[in-house]
Amino acid sequence: MKNNLLFDFTVDKTTKTVYVNKEFTADISLVWDAFTKQEILDQWWAPKPWASRTKTMNFEVGGKRFYAMVSPEGEEHWSLQKYTSISPKSNFKMLNAFADKEEHPDLPGSDWDLNFSEKDGITKVSISIYNDSLDRMEKMIEMGFKEGFTATLGSLETLLAGLS
Amino acid sequence: MRRDIFQAIADPTRRAIIALIALQAMTPNAIAENFNSTRQAVSKHLRILTECALVKQEQHGREIYYSLEIEKMKEIDKWLEQYRKIWETRFDQLDNLLSIIKTNKK
Repeated sequence: MKNNLLFDFTVDKTTKTVYVNKEFTADISLVWDAFTKQEILDQWWAPKPWASRTKTMNFEVGGKRFYAMVSPEGEEHWSLQKYTSISPKSNFKMLNAFADKEEHPDLPGSDWDLNFSEKDGITKVSISIYNDSLDRMEKMIEMGFKEGFTATLGSLETLLAGLS
Repeated sequence: MRRDIFQAIADPTRRAIIALIALQAMTPNAIAENFNSTRQAVSKHLRILTECALVKQEQHGREIYYSLEIEKMKEIDKWLEQYRKIWETRFDQLDNLLSIIKTNKK
């Protein structure tokens, strides 16, 4: 992060939940759109050099987004997101699962809960992602992002402190 | 059956066992002395931890000693760190995009 805005990422291993919080210097309408409109989503959702390509998206309760992460070589990883609850500019929830290119989901997926709030022109997004299994999270990591990431290992003490 | 590491550390007794054997290799009896549960219960926890490859066993004479697979524990952190990086990259891109959109609106 190049600025002083909040970004934190925590994992509660015991509840199998990942928490991501991020502040943006933009009003809530714009940030909401960035998360809920495919033409904006596709511009930032995939970490470069990957690209996000949404095939279908209808943002409504019961609706879905079917999209692919595409590598520079053209390799496609499909995912399916089903919207289970929407409160405009404040919260939406979805079920997220990997899928094949025929839209068959690879269950179980993960449950996402995204909260949006604005204060003094800063919009905060709080995301919680509940995963059923480690396998699935590992798979997320293996979706082709491994290259280029240098992982810094936390010490065992820190890990144990987090576990106790 | 490949077990889930989260399952391994979801249980408070198993977390306590991990903390104990992180300091030194211990026999099942020595581990069990730290808990109010039965020796069988502790053995079952040790079996789960072994199946998750979080602990390793070493035979010394007639005793089996359990110790922690430190590399495996680090692995958990390693992939969590990668997941964090994905979000960081994603949000950097969104920050840039938002500033472009705002500029174009003016």
